[in-house]
Amino acid sequence: MKFAIQVNEGPYTHQASDTAYQFTKAALEKGHEVFRVFFYHDGVNNGTRLTTPPQDDRNVINRWAALAEQYNLDLVICVAAAQRRGIADADESKRNGKDADNIHPRFRISGLGQLIEAGIQSDRLVVFGD
Amino acid sequence: MSEEMMEGGGTIKKFCYINRKAPYGTVYALESLEVVLIGAAFEQDVSLVFVDDGVFQITKGQDTAGIEQKNFSPTYRALEMYDVEKLYVEREALEARGLSEEDLIVDVQVMSAAEIRDLLEEQDVVLSF
Repeated sequence: MKFAIQVNEGPYTHQASDTAYQFTKAALEKGHEVFRVFFYHDGVNNGTRLTTPPQDDRNVINRWAALAEQYNLDLVICVAAAQRRGIADADESKRNGKDADNIHPRFRISGLGQLIEAGIQSDRLVVFGD
Repeated sequence: MSEEMMEGGGTIKKFCYINRKAPYGTVYALESLEVVLIGAAFEQDVSLVFVDDGVFQITKGQDTAGIEQKNFSPTYRALEMYDVEKLYVEREALEARGLSEEDLIVDVQVMSAAEIRDLLEEQDVVLSF
């Protein structure tokens, strides 16, 4: 089956991103396809490379990135939601006159159309959030 | 699953947006509306469902001056121009909040929770906000 995943909450405060990760990993290990993981609302905070959790805790961001590396996953951060919350890649940072970017290189920033397309292209869209 | 092909080979799916939360207090309602507006360009078969505190999103007379946030409720009236015309509201949610259809800024179809359950059963893609 072909899944699309939507993550609506940021890391650590809510379990949504952890659960989405576990679901995505399990689906991939079972041989299913994951068309895209789309991060929306505070979910865009899952894509900052500056996250520094305590050493004995999981690193939610790096864990997504590693899964993406292993399975060539498409991790997409919503641009509109990212701009509100200060998540930027080099292009976005420059375009908006900011002095830094913070996106993890395994994620990419794109528009909401990517979420709709994922819904169209996949057999199931699974939403993780509150 | 009810999929049909539109001209040009694209797929038309039944997209349903479930709005569960009050318009202010959290950003979910506003950002849900942004998805609906962007999604309209994809010419899918779109429905909006308002349940729980989500019914407050489309109540008349919203005044947000005191919280210094934008009153985005007029945007719901513009949905018609985007060919988003299927709006469903849960009767039990209205009644529990002392609201009726007359309190709403847009034309909707009021449905029981059981009817909304059946509606969701027919959908291909359900986005919950």
